[in-house]
Amino acid sequence: MAQSPSREKSQLKPKGETAWWLAPNLTLVVFSLFVLYSAWEVLTHNVGRYQNYLSPYFSPDVGLWLGVPFLPAVLVAWIPLGFRASCYYYRREYYRGFFRDPAACGIRDRAKRYQGETRAPLSWNNLHRFFLYLALVVVVFLWKDAVDGLWYQGHLEVGLGSVILLLDAILLSFYTFSCHAFRHLVGGNIDCFSCQSRGRSRYRWWRTISTLNQRHGLFAWTSMFMVWGTDLYIRLLLSGVIHDVKFF
Amino acid sequence: MATDTTTIYIYRGDASGGEERPYLVEISPGMVILDAIHYIQANDAPDLAVRWNCKAAHCGSCSAEINGHPRLLCKTRLDDYLATDTPVHVRPMKTFPIIRDLVTDVSWNYRMAKRIPPFHPAHRAPFTLYQRDVARIQEFRRCIECFLCQDICHVIRDHDAKDAYMGPRFMAKLAELEMHPMDTENRIPFVRNDAGLGWCNVTHCCSEVCPEGIEITGNAIIPLKERLADQFWDPVRRIFRRSSLMDVGQHEPKDP
Repeated sequence: MAQSPSREKSQLKPKGETAWWLAPNLTLVVFSLFVLYSAWEVLTHNVGRYQNYLSPYFSPDVGLWLGVPFLPAVLVAWIPLGFRASCYYYRREYYRGFFRDPAACGIRDRAKRYQGETRAPLSWNNLHRFFLYLALVVVVFLWKDAVDGLWYQGHLEVGLGSVILLLDAILLSFYTFSCHAFRHLVGGNIDCFSCQSRGRSRYRWWRTISTLNQRHGLFAWTSMFMVWGTDLYIRLLLSGVIHDVKFF
Repeated sequence: MATDTTTIYIYRGDASGGEERPYLVEISPGMVILDAIHYIQANDAPDLAVRWNCKAAHCGSCSAEINGHPRLLCKTRLDDYLATDTPVHVRPMKTFPIIRDLVTDVSWNYRMAKRIPPFHPAHRAPFTLYQRDVARIQEFRRCIECFLCQDICHVIRDHDAKDAYMGPRFMAKLAELEMHPMDTENRIPFVRNDAGLGWCNVTHCCSEVCPEGIEITGNAIIPLKERLADQFWDPVRRIFRRSSLMDVGQHEPKDP
């Protein structure tokens, strides 16, 4: 039997309903800028600390621990990069924005030899959970950085940078703990909660994480901008372009 | 009093070809696209073929594409388009072979359904089930099998990979069976090798078009991908699968 006649002519565009091209192109531009900025920051700077503020790209300060003076951010930046690159939400966004398969629902794919995530390297996205485990460690250090940002030379001192670091830790925590792999870990892998000794509490955890998970995309975008903004603020402080605003 | 009218473009044809034809429709309050098609059948084109049954978004029969978007004809209001002066183009589902006009042959889906390993409980019913154990799978039971998710899925729609990937409808079905507290079958190898889960790149279009609001990608496909990773990508999990934290096996529910 012949295919539907809709195949005969090019895809009908959803006329007047939505500017379907806007979201994938916005994703393309913003993600490209973020990747370029991150590459510039990680590959061209040896210092990410200004007084008691540590840039998220340089946290944890593995370079200091290992005594590596050159490009210490390279030692840690691959963790959040891998976590975001294999994130289910980011996958949706870059498959739409960069790969265009599809750019939007109902719009014809550009890829001719589509194989989904059946072959490497895209099948490596199945390793997302391992990046999650590492990202959970990074989040602990981000909270340490946020607390350190409130203390300068042994006393409480709150500046704009302190607030930014705190917001950064909060949003990255929301992003990490709303992750699909984390949701699976806390209870998604269980078929029968009632059959388990800790089933009731795991069900409650799973429900809580599922609620957060519905906002995973929101946390993905806001935490990305927050990392970007936090690093930019510290970079501008380091270069002397701006001075930190102290509240008390 | 003058009657308001609008023009609707409807695909007329069969496997040998066809074209969109304009039809003038008298607008009535609360009209859905299926009402407009019934008006056309009654006044202009009694031979216009359309599959429908309940007219209440429960039977999943009247699936078609309105301005390129898969939708139920009975659940799509005409005034949504009139409000923005958008011309309405109604065509059959693109993914499936046409029979005539708006009617397509969706039998491929029924063949796929037959291939799924059935429910395999540890013992015969009746079961003791608690709400928290079945809450997740109840979402998938809302499916009305309209196959709009299958229609929008780019793997089937644009790449015609019907031999490789069963599509989102059956990922939801597999998730429903796989997450059932009394089921003992391990379908994950089937999900990977026969159902072709790896072909899905989680772009969420199936969830966006589902008229029942089932979060197919987030609650069925991604959890299946995680379960697949448990069995095929996670050596740590393989080692510790028997520990209580990772205990996923089926047992008799305890009295909570």
